[in-house]
Amino acid sequence: MSTRSPVPQVTSHPARPRPAAPQPTGHGVQLAEISQAGDRTFRFLAGGSGVLIIALVAFVGIFLLALALPSLLQDRDNFLFSRSWTVVGDELRFGIAGLLWTTVLSSVVAMIIAVPVAIGVALFLTQYLPRRFSGPLSFVIDLLAAVPSIIFGLWGLTVLGPFLRPVGLWVSGHLGFIPLFRAEIDPSSSVFVASVVLAIMILPIITAISRDVFTQTPRDQIEAALALGATRWEVIRSAVLPYGRSGVVSASMLGLGRALGETVAVLIILSQAAPGSAFTPSIFAGGETFASKIANNASEFDTPSKTGAFIAAGLVLFVVTFVVNALARIVATRGTARS
Amino acid sequence: MSLDTSSTPLSFRRPSGLRTVKNGAAWVYVSLAAVLTVIPLVWILYTVISQGYRLVLNSNWWLQSQRGITPRREGGGAYHAIIGTVEIGLICALIAVPLGILGAILLIEYARGSKAARAVSFAVDILSGLPSIVAALFIYALFITVFGFGRSVIAVSCALTLLMLPVVLRSTEEMLKLVPDSLREASYALGVPCWKTILHVVIPTAFSGISTGVVLGLARVMGETAPLLILVSYAVGINFSPTSATMGALPTMINSGRDQAPTLPGYERVWAAALTLILIVMLLNLLARGIARASKLKEK
Amino acid sequence: MPKNRLLSSRITKLAAVLALGTLSLAACGSDPAAPSATDSSAGGSTSASGAGGLTCPAGKLSAEGSSAQANAISEVIANYNAECGDKATIEYNPTGSGAGIKSFYNGLVDFAGSDSALKSVEKDGVIETDKAKERCQGNPAWDLPMVVGPIAFAYNIDGVDKLVLNAEVLAEIFNGTIKTWNDPKIAKLNSGVTLPSAPITVFFRSDESGTTENTTKFLKAAGNGAWKDEPAKAWTGTGQGKNKSSGVAEGVASTKNSISYVEWSYARDNKLAIAQLDSGKGGVELTGDAVGKAVAEATVAGTGNDLSLSLKYSGTGAGAYPALLVTYEIVCSKGLAADKTALVKDFLTYFASAKNQSSLEDLGYAPLPADLQTKVTAAVAAVS
Repeated sequence: MSTRSPVPQVTSHPARPRPAAPQPTGHGVQLAEISQAGDRTFRFLAGGSGVLIIALVAFVGIFLLALALPSLLQDRDNFLFSRSWTVVGDELRFGIAGLLWTTVLSSVVAMIIAVPVAIGVALFLTQYLPRRFSGPLSFVIDLLAAVPSIIFGLWGLTVLGPFLRPVGLWVSGHLGFIPLFRAEIDPSSSVFVASVVLAIMILPIITAISRDVFTQTPRDQIEAALALGATRWEVIRSAVLPYGRSGVVSASMLGLGRALGETVAVLIILSQAAPGSAFTPSIFAGGETFASKIANNASEFDTPSKTGAFIAAGLVLFVVTFVVNALARIVATRGTARS
Repeated sequence: MSLDTSSTPLSFRRPSGLRTVKNGAAWVYVSLAAVLTVIPLVWILYTVISQGYRLVLNSNWWLQSQRGITPRREGGGAYHAIIGTVEIGLICALIAVPLGILGAILLIEYARGSKAARAVSFAVDILSGLPSIVAALFIYALFITVFGFGRSVIAVSCALTLLMLPVVLRSTEEMLKLVPDSLREASYALGVPCWKTILHVVIPTAFSGISTGVVLGLARVMGETAPLLILVSYAVGINFSPTSATMGALPTMINSGRDQAPTLPGYERVWAAALTLILIVMLLNLLARGIARASKLKEK
Repeated sequence: MPKNRLLSSRITKLAAVLALGTLSLAACGSDPAAPSATDSSAGGSTSASGAGGLTCPAGKLSAEGSSAQANAISEVIANYNAECGDKATIEYNPTGSGAGIKSFYNGLVDFAGSDSALKSVEKDGVIETDKAKERCQGNPAWDLPMVVGPIAFAYNIDGVDKLVLNAEVLAEIFNGTIKTWNDPKIAKLNSGVTLPSAPITVFFRSDESGTTENTTKFLKAAGNGAWKDEPAKAWTGTGQGKNKSSGVAEGVASTKNSISYVEWSYARDNKLAIAQLDSGKGGVELTGDAVGKAVAEATVAGTGNDLSLSLKYSGTGAGAYPALLVTYEIVCSKGLAADKTALVKDFLTYFASAKNQSSLEDLGYAPLPADLQTKVTAAVAAVS
């Protein structure tokens, strides 16, 4: 779904030279012998790197699983449905329900905030701005993607959190009867602020991909709509958006995948709920995501069973992001296949 | 696709009121979205620059480490952390660049469209969506739990390699695809073997694109924090050894420095380190863009 | 677009030059020179020249471990370097106690800092004391108490500058039994103080830390059974978790009617109000003296020169403040290379000296009581 210039579809490469031996052609042309050793080495290296890449990915899954298993077997709680996290001592009781909820909640809220904005910007860049300005503006937005996540965290904690506190208080004050908006802790370090920061972080990704898709809207469809007297907005609604739908969906999923795995920004901003406290679905509550939980305790991985528990959490994060990314790819390839 | 304007009879009047309003609202919406996107960037840059510029402008910042400097003292610099960040990035590049280029060559030159290529491509897709913390846990599991090596700079670099590899590979792949087949054919026709064609014709043609990918990959890994938290400890002194378990790096310098009261002199160094990191990462991005643009212009 | 081309090639060149410049920095950096001994701007101790019979050997030491003593030891290293004219290089990296001990017995560092003494019981197939003995070529490693870090119970209530609490009430606040500030149990300790009816917001460390472990040890030992959970590095009470000490301190500073436990230095740097501790003989303000009195009541659990302490949390004498943690320097009694041994001895003697210990109070640590300080100095002298 990216800007791929049309590639001449060559089903097989032009016959590669395979001069096994100087060919006596009978016409007196003597071809020099070309050593195959170089080609073989090169093919071997390229093939080897391919195998290595596949092996690496397989190893990620296998190793995480292998190291998580002993702890999972010792786990006295249900790993999927328990919210407790006792990983020291003789009796291990840990589960990922709380982590999964906070991870998914913060990422989905981030996506809900980021996607409409990203679509708007992508439309602005491709359909409204003249080329001369859209280049620099997209570059500025790409720069947002270059800001390291720890700086997002620092900024979110010290600047954005206090700034959004009144917003959070207002929303929880007026809509607090809905469990999702119930005030639980000071909003400046709640899931809400973490989600806003995540939204800013994934905005450039979604924008970049949507922009690429929108630019590829067939010129004739746009011109046809214009010829029929459509306004700019009607062109977008009738030609650009339908064409780019699958691309935007897949971009949003990729953004979601990124938000799910984001570590340090969430770690810095989000307050943790007390162990054993009652479950709350609110976005104005604290919590821990998979990634922040792992990073927060990384310096204290001192026993194998404890490390195993955290690796089990990492494994679940791996699986979740894998599923989200795979869905994104499927949507993208379906979309290109249809268009 | 359907056009809902298709039923209106042809007339050259201005669009009806409602349609104009909708059109205007859409304009307002998209421009608002653009403004909303630019605000955080400006805001973050303002925060970081206004709080960190003073130290960054001091030449000591670029030439001294933090050894012997406590949060209560002024002075020292980020030299040790810059070294660490650059060194970790370079070790990463050392592994990821050859592997990524070879992988792309496999995908485009040797196995285009084959089952093997699809398998490799799928693996790369997984890698590009891999959260950095999972990459770090994997290396932790492999190096520390299984092999018993202990934390080290090399371990961090290996974890970051997993993140850099897909960036390099994909951008190389895109570039190799753009190399016209006529070039390859011309080379084959001269009796040049495949590997020499790749080395001397394909790669040089795609060189700028490949370097863009490498630089972008470097920018990605240099700003990462999570693997550093798990796989190496922050050191305040200058250290070049890649086997060491402690090394300074800008992200961990920020992370360890933020654990102090904002009133102390050391807190300013946190923002200065943040500014330094942003400067380095953004410079790399600018460089990547410059390379890409320069080569595009050359083609024209 | 010739103009465009010019611009873009300029940008590229500029970026390339800057990037290369950054990389080429790798050739010419250095560690900062130690401030001269007369430079008092740093706020640490200023030192008279030629103090305390230092021998100032040259050499290089590396150490790592507890982050609780990081500020103290880095200040002392800076002062030591100032006095010795930068002859030695000493580096301390606060990687955490567990990591420090591991690096120590694996021979990666010359000594370790830890907030607990070496354990002689097996944990995960490792007996720390045996491992350390192996590393010291068959000689035992000693735990030398060096830095005393008081734990402050910092609170934020409008108009209340003096608040007295005891371990039992603290335990009940921290486990959620006491929910509001005007609870009779708090009022009983604070006659004459008007406390708000507001609910109590408790902050805790969300990362595992020695501070949490030592706080819960104190609550468990002195709380008359109010604290039920086993002391651990991870918090088991109620409240909101904040990342690192600075996060906890910032939480208390910005939230009305909140309370937390935090190292003294953070409470002071953030100008937080600190509760007085009543161990049965009236409220005791947190001062270096009061903490020293509590440390003096600790008994030495180690044998000979191994000075691992067993702290006394309850029933301490009048004027003692028993909520504290002690960090040790863990050193080989013998078996380190001769030049390193000389430097370790010289540095630790300086660290343990009365003048240096009392200067630590400015940083939020309490000085070692005189008796213990003598023992530590003697132990350091016995290292060979």
